[in-house]
Amino acid sequence: MEKIFKGPAIFLDRNDINTDEIIPAKYLTEVTKEALKPYMLEDLKLEGFDPRGETLKNARVVVTRENFGCGSSREHAPWVFEVNGVHTIIGQSYARIFRQNMFNGGMLAIELPKEDIDALFAFSQQGEVTIDVDVEAQQIKACCGGQCQDFSFEISAFDKALVQSGGWVEFADARY
Amino acid sequence: MGKTIAEKIFESHLRDEPFEGTKVLDIDRVLCHEITTPVAIADLEWRGKDRVFDNTKIKAVIDHVTPSKDTKTAIQAKMLRDWARRHDLQDFFDVGRNGVCHALFPEKGYIRPGFTVIMGDSHTCTHGAFGAFAAGVGTTDLEVGILKGVCAFREPATIRVNLNGCLPEGVFAKDVILYVIGQLGVNGATDRVIEFAGPVVDGMTMEARMTLCNMAIEAGGTCGICMPDRVTVDYLWPFIQNDYVSKEAAVADFAKWHSDADAEYDQVLDFNISTLAPQVTFDYKPDCVKNVVDLAGTPVDQVYIGTCTNGRIEDLRIAAQILKGRRIADSVRGIVSPATPKIFSDALAEGIIQIFMDAGFCVTNPTCGACLGMSNGVLAEGEVCASTSNRNFNGRMGKGGMVHLMSPATAAATAITGVITDARSL
Repeated sequence: MEKIFKGPAIFLDRNDINTDEIIPAKYLTEVTKEALKPYMLEDLKLEGFDPRGETLKNARVVVTRENFGCGSSREHAPWVFEVNGVHTIIGQSYARIFRQNMFNGGMLAIELPKEDIDALFAFSQQGEVTIDVDVEAQQIKACCGGQCQDFSFEISAFDKALVQSGGWVEFADARY
Repeated sequence: MGKTIAEKIFESHLRDEPFEGTKVLDIDRVLCHEITTPVAIADLEWRGKDRVFDNTKIKAVIDHVTPSKDTKTAIQAKMLRDWARRHDLQDFFDVGRNGVCHALFPEKGYIRPGFTVIMGDSHTCTHGAFGAFAAGVGTTDLEVGILKGVCAFREPATIRVNLNGCLPEGVFAKDVILYVIGQLGVNGATDRVIEFAGPVVDGMTMEARMTLCNMAIEAGGTCGICMPDRVTVDYLWPFIQNDYVSKEAAVADFAKWHSDADAEYDQVLDFNISTLAPQVTFDYKPDCVKNVVDLAGTPVDQVYIGTCTNGRIEDLRIAAQILKGRRIADSVRGIVSPATPKIFSDALAEGIIQIFMDAGFCVTNPTCGACLGMSNGVLAEGEVCASTSNRNFNGRMGKGGMVHLMSPATAAATAITGVITDARSL
């Protein structure tokens, strides 16, 4: 599946959102990624957040806080985002396994410093924010109501190569 | 400058460094279970690459939902079973011989000091108890591990946790690790190896060290790790006795992996364990930890003893000692799941199963089951479970349920009274 790193963003304003909240264990009995589609963020309890809501259905980017994706190693968490068209997460920090799973699947788990994350959350108070990521230039453009803000981000050479080659299986198969 | 044990293992297993700071390691053990492996198998088939890099280094078990509870779990089990047979995996554990992966694989002697171990399961950090670098990974890393025998990691930084003093009576490895997680926080060790050292670790059995390392991930750690010593050699001796002339020789050989005295650490933390009291979690994060006495009197609906954290024989012995001659409260459902068939069988021989049954416990087969709300003790909304497992996330054991993590001793005492209880007060 081609990965798209732009579109409307949804803002999840909490630290430590875990993979059980992203995709509950009872759905781990599915053996295809597509079957996970209806259950994205089903167990996430957050003020003003509705896991069945239209905003979530339209979202293509998630913006969040610290330690996103902690807990279980289940790659079902990145997959449930992938099959819903969410290929970009922007957060202050991630759990290691979740972050690696995102890049291994050719998707983005971008880390921004706290002040940039705060600025994005503040921006979201003005209305719907759309985000466009330029992986090569390591730039994020966030726009809301005709106004835009730019952010630059760091990404390791390895993670960038994974995104550009389509993922770890492709990279490893070509090299080892 | 000296090296940590993790750095020594990385150096000895380095296959490639495609970019600065990215280490691709040769993997000694690729461990598989039926929840995270089938998608990797299906993807390999789809790519026309249905191969395994080494059928002696890949081990597989059906453990999360077993025996299968419905069509979907039966399909997962069948996919793993068919794949294991197709590739003639030397070690595959099906119904009757299967147990919780992080208890079963060490028990079989598969994990050795200096090994690299990956599994599609976050609690793979358990195996660091043997002085191995063992990390939970996702299905894509697992898939590449199966196909190529390699996995990529960032350069490991290590947090050294010195556990000083001695374990007080009635305080166990579970209390220690809950306390440490409470101090570190749920992301205090992200991208770090947690090296456990000091007299408390030196005095621990392998079972206790596995409990300690099992929960390193709950602080975000890549791996928990202990120095392999005489205790490690004693545990592994049936499997290594032909490799060494004596246990002393094995101890000396294992010492080559020990962190150097002048190794560089990201952080060094010292904890005095002598004054530690039994610990319990509250709320929905494993770093929300209090003394048991602070939560004493909280009613529970279910008590669950088992899992990769505390389902080993030593854990069952501790619980049985408290339960012997007592009955659990009428308001409580007690469930015990010995983590492997051997543990079950040993517990039967020692009369421990009878003690659990006389106390009113339901004894289930070895499985991950209720720990992640998949089977054998799922909670209803509003119910509370006292559990020896490792995660108290919202919904973990069933939607709307609350989980309090604790030691087997605290769980047994809680089962008797029906409310969270410090076992030392019984």
